Amino acid sequence: MSGIDWYLPIIWAAILATAVIMYVILDGFDLGLGILFTTTREESYRDDMMSSIAPFWDGNETWLVLGGGGLLAAFPLAYSIIMPALYIPVILMLLALILRGVAFEFRWAAKPHHRAWDWAFAGGSIVAAFAQGLVLGGLIQGITVEDRAFAGGNFDWLSPFSIMCGLGLVAGYGLLASCWLMLKTAGPVSAHARRLAPYFLIAVAGFAALVSLWTPLRFPHIWERWFSTPNIFFLWPLPLATAGLVLFVWRAIGRGADIGPFLGVIGIFLLCFAGLAISAYPYLIPASLDIWQAAAATSSLKFMLAGVALLLPMILGYTFFVYWTFRGKLREGEGYHF
Amino acid sequence: MAFDHVLVSRLQFAFTITFHIIFPAFTIGLSAFIATLLARWVFTKNDQYRDLARFWTKIFAISFAMGVVSGVVLSYQFGTNWSRFSSTAGNVVGPLLAYEVLTAFFLEATFLGVMLFGHNRVPRWLHLTSSIMVALGTAASAFWILAANSWMQVPVGYELRDGVAFPVDWLKVIFSPTFPLRFAHMVIAAYLTTALVVLAVGARFALAGRFPEHARTMLHMGLGLALVLVPVQIFIGDQHGLVTAHYQPVKLAAIEGHWDSNEVAPLVLFGLPNEKTQTNDYQLAIPNLGSVIITHEWTGKYPGLDQYAPADWPPVTPIFFAFRLMVGIGFALLAFVLWGGWLWYKSELAMNRLFLRVAANVWPFGFLAIISGWMVTEIGRQPWVVTGVLRTADAASPISLQTVLVSLALFILVYGVIFSTGIYYMNRLINAGPTPPVVKDETGLPSRPLSGAAEAAHHAAHEPERSATAS
Repeated sequence: MSGIDWYLPIIWAAILATAVIMYVILDGFDLGLGILFTTTREESYRDDMMSSIAPFWDGNETWLVLGGGGLLAAFPLAYSIIMPALYIPVILMLLALILRGVAFEFRWAAKPHHRAWDWAFAGGSIVAAFAQGLVLGGLIQGITVEDRAFAGGNFDWLSPFSIMCGLGLVAGYGLLASCWLMLKTAGPVSAHARRLAPYFLIAVAGFAALVSLWTPLRFPHIWERWFSTPNIFFLWPLPLATAGLVLFVWRAIGRGADIGPFLGVIGIFLLCFAGLAISAYPYLIPASLDIWQAAAATSSLKFMLAGVALLLPMILGYTFFVYWTFRGKLREGEGYHF
Repeated sequence: MAFDHVLVSRLQFAFTITFHIIFPAFTIGLSAFIATLLARWVFTKNDQYRDLARFWTKIFAISFAMGVVSGVVLSYQFGTNWSRFSSTAGNVVGPLLAYEVLTAFFLEATFLGVMLFGHNRVPRWLHLTSSIMVALGTAASAFWILAANSWMQVPVGYELRDGVAFPVDWLKVIFSPTFPLRFAHMVIAAYLTTALVVLAVGARFALAGRFPEHARTMLHMGLGLALVLVPVQIFIGDQHGLVTAHYQPVKLAAIEGHWDSNEVAPLVLFGLPNEKTQTNDYQLAIPNLGSVIITHEWTGKYPGLDQYAPADWPPVTPIFFAFRLMVGIGFALLAFVLWGGWLWYKSELAMNRLFLRVAANVWPFGFLAIISGWMVTEIGRQPWVVTGVLRTADAASPISLQTVLVSLALFILVYGVIFSTGIYYMNRLINAGPTPPVVKDETGLPSRPLSGAAEAAHHAAHEPERSATAS
């Protein structure tokens, strides 16, 4: 394999990984707020939760489209195998995202008869988060591939492991959202989030530990990756840093800090994601398809790389502009349309 | 046609994409209309334009949300239901869709936040700029989607290796032969559809004697745009037909109901295409006119369906009728806008109740024309998903019939609920009308309200800030 054919798929894997992690963090706190809807019956709390993300949710969800579209564009073979294999959780996620997406507008339009859209927002968010965990779990545990196509059954993705990943992601998004509320709101909503956050943190730490033990014990190639020498010497700081961050977030919540918990949780997500990436590399579908086998034509990857190099900094720039415009705590009455 | 996972996947794709196209078609035009209103407000300082922009922005927000959520579905369905299409054409189609996300989707979705919620946080010019960015994003999105679709219709600039398409010349891929006119036809259709909706709402208020100033502005802006765009659209449609005749002769033969290559083609106004006898039953036609339109010669001949194996025909009947519906709407709209133009010229536009009653009901016809036009395009490409490269029957995912049946049923259920509620809420917002923000004393702010009183309270709270940022 000549130089460029080797580098381009790696660059594209990194771009897609960036899109996925951006999505998980940004839409993570959006979906998490839907999860937190179930922790209160106060209409004003729910109003504030929704208003705190109303200007952002659409841009946040676009990273999911980049993840899906980018996978099709950069690794068409992986896309054509993963999507049918995970048909049921993917469709479930899409249906759930529809319900919670329209709820942003419909809930306000329906007032005062908006209870149904409260449920749509909460239910849609929880199901979407859980389905994303199922997708993750289904991917980690592997897909039956024959002759460059999916060759398994409808329910191959369903296992105790994938269900645990689903629950883990629900807890993770709930934690992100609690920290987002501490950052973006004041008063009783912020206090409510601060009371909830430690429970979510404990759950997240538990699930992270469980995945860290379960995956190497169940999948020999992951054991090999982490516990063979010399890998173990380089990799041991990763779980330790994660544990350190959990402790940091715990204290920051207790201290009443606004931004500390949110940044700390983003750090936890990044480290968990790095851990999963280290386990998977260089495979897109474990043990079946690596990034070079799945990569699109060199001409396609180059053509898109030019676009990404030019446009991604612009996208990050105006995304930052919008977050900057709506910086600070939620103001009274914010969330109203122009 | 067997009742299998391929057929149900086709039904699911047809259902989800038909539902989806309604909303982008509306938001492409509406975002440009709102940006125009805001620009007129900024430059004329006439608050009527701000009130209209506010009014339409609320409706836009609902429509945009429905467009976004139904659009995300499509970008995943290429994989869930059409995985062999993805592995065969992904090298070519994938980057076009990726460019759509990078140039359009992020732009519109991100600036939408400022457009909807940023009016009291940014100066007026920046709010206007944000709404222009949203309008540009929606149009750029159409550019890439139409580029991908046009390539699937008439693939060029690629080569096949082991049955997989590899791009050779990106400029040829993007600007494939049917792309320029197809893109123009779609974007104009979107602007025209929105113009008709604006006109209809103006007419509704004019009939009821509500908001007379705003109603007149909407009547003039809607009708003015439609007067320009309807003739242009008919001309572009005709040119698009000629391109189709050249590059997709089977599709054209099916559209025209033209079976016999040796026949000088009449223009078939009506008939029931009969694939068995290869004639049109109950045909009503104008002799020679078909040949004149396609070949520009009185006795010109062009290929009929008999030139091709029936296995390569698209289903004739649906596209035959969908095409006539689209063209029929086009000419009916031409008559309608000329009538309106004449009344406008005589300064009787806002007084002629018969015209206003027709205008108040004209809003669905742009949508109908768009959907029937897309049916012609997409059913007309059959039996191929990528013409000459991959047949639809070979493009589906290896999934079971039951799975797709259940997902289709769920899509119908969920879309049915959100479509009917969305339309209901939009209609309610329209009926509420373009109320100006009233400055009153500051009261409680329970939630984002729709009632006049709460609305007033909200603006009381924000008016000082707005004037501060605007000065």
